[in-house]
Formats: sequence, structure tokens, C-alpha cells
Amino acid sequence: MIAAPPAAAEGGRKLAGPLEQFEVKRLVPITIGSTDASFTNASLFMALAVVAITVFLVGGMRGRALIPGRWQSMAELSYEFVAGMVRENVGSKGRQYFPLIFSLFMFILFGNLLGMIPYSFTFTSHIIVTFALAAFVFVVVTVVALARHGLHFFTYFFPQGAPVAMAPLIIPIEILSYLSRPVSLSIRLFANMMAGHTMLKVFAMFTVLMGIFGFAPLAVNVALTGFEVLVAVLQAYVFTILTCLYLHDAIHLH
Amino acid sequence: MEVAAAKAIGAGIAVIALLGVGVGIGNIFSNLIAAIARNPAAREQVFPIGILGFALTEAVALFALLIAFLILFA
Repeated sequence: MIAAPPAAAEGGRKLAGPLEQFEVKRLVPITIGSTDASFTNASLFMALAVVAITVFLVGGMRGRALIPGRWQSMAELSYEFVAGMVRENVGSKGRQYFPLIFSLFMFILFGNLLGMIPYSFTFTSHIIVTFALAAFVFVVVTVVALARHGLHFFTYFFPQGAPVAMAPLIIPIEILSYLSRPVSLSIRLFANMMAGHTMLKVFAMFTVLMGIFGFAPLAVNVALTGFEVLVAVLQAYVFTILTCLYLHDAIHLH
Repeated sequence: MEVAAAKAIGAGIAVIALLGVGVGIGNIFSNLIAAIARNPAAREQVFPIGILGFALTEAVALFALLIAFLILFA
């Protein structure tokens, strides 16, 4: 394959290429009929993310102190952060969607952060996972809009105040941009995670291959790791706030 | 032309799009700094929007990178 950094041999050890970390491995092969429903490393890390979130929240709130300790503070902080986001961006009618937004945010956040642990697997770096999340958001937002406004929903594609003569131009463009939401939502998260981890792996390969001068790519890797943690949190935030904005559009139709 | 050479050239052309993204991100942060400099009290209001804008612009960079990868490896 052209330009793929070759898997090099280093002192008898084989060095993995930068794209091997994304390989989905079957841990427990399960076949239902003719479908492969194996428990893979992606499934393992999704389960781990859910367990981590549960432990974090349930364990944090166990004390129920009026003046929170550190753990309770962090659990309350995560709640208040997402609650504030929903309140500001969806409005008062959005309260019923809070559990959905909170689950989405915590799942993506913990998924991204778990991927920063060495030797782990980032399940959000797979397009099918992020596409499933984005498609789910898209379907929920569209169903909410249709349920609330019925057929009046289709006036969303023709903003008020625009000259009627422009309608044949505006409406297709608006529809296209609406349909591109799940695409952009999923690709943003997937590409950020995949590109970040690929870069980390490439610089790690340089560190090993350069021998004594490996401290230079190592320094870059340290900086990159810090940046990747920031990106992990940021991408979870961006996914969630865009979902809130789409929900606002669906509820208020503008 | 060999397929491999064409792929390399295609991937190279695909990342020219990052020029626009660089300008865009610089624009966002320069306006963010100017806004905070004019009115330091608005920092908590303006900063999250600035970060959101940065993340959305960076997404465009990653779309270009995705196309480059698709050309090279698919």
C-alpha cells in the first residue's frame, strides 16, 4: 500500500503500523443465525465506559452531603454542566430531553477518554459507531419536530422573510444542509479521534526507530497526548451542544 | 500514470483545503482575543462560543484529511 508507513522490524521485534490499533478483534465469538454478534474489543470498551460512568455517578452521590466532597463535586459538576447546556440551548421546553443529552455526553466523553489509556481501544474512532450515534440523534430530532409540529415542520426549510422568488433555490439547499447533519456530526467525531490516535502512533514509531535521538518525537508525543485529551473532551462537548442546537431548532422551528 | 503515483498526487491536492481552515481558525481566535480585550468581563460568555467555532472549523480540516485518506487507502 502506498505511503502507509511500513511495519518495520526493530531488533527482531515487529513494529505495528499506525492503523493496526483500530482493528476490531473478536474476544468472544458469538454467531446468531448467520449474523456475527461477537463480543469484540469495541463492545468491551463500550461496556467499560458504561460501568465507569455508573461508578462515577453512583459512587460520587453515595454520600449525599449538603457540602459536597471531591467526588460528589465532580459528579454534580458534570450534571450541572450538561443541565446548563440544555437549559441555555434548548430552552425550558427541553427539560424532558436532559437524560438523553446527558447520556450522550457522558458516553462519548468516557469513550474518548478511555481511548487515551495506553493499550486501550477508542470505540469512537470507528465511523460505524459515531454514525450510529449521529443517526440516532438525527432520527430523534426529526421525530420530535414532526411530533410537535406535524406537517408544519416542512416550513422549516423555507425561512420566514426570504423572498418567495428564491424558494426554488433556498429549499433544496436547506434540505441538503439538514440531511448533511448526521454526516458532519459523525465524521467530525470519528475523524478527530482517528487522526489523533494515528498521529500518536506515528510519532511513537519514530521514537522507537530513531534510537538515541528519539527524545524529539517523544517530546512531540507528550504534547500531542495533552492535546488529544483536550480534543477528547472538546469533541464530546461539540457533539452534545450541536445536538442541543438541533433540538432547539426542532422544538422552535427556526 | 501509475495508480500509486496518481493516489499520492490526489492526496496531496486534497490537503490544500487546509489553507482555508488555517485562515478560519486564525480568524476565530483573533476575534476572540479582540473581544476579550475590549470587554474582559464577557470572557465566560464569549469563550465557549469561540471554542465551539474552533471545533466546527477543525471538523472541516478533518473532512479534507478524510478525503486524502480515502484517496490513498481506498
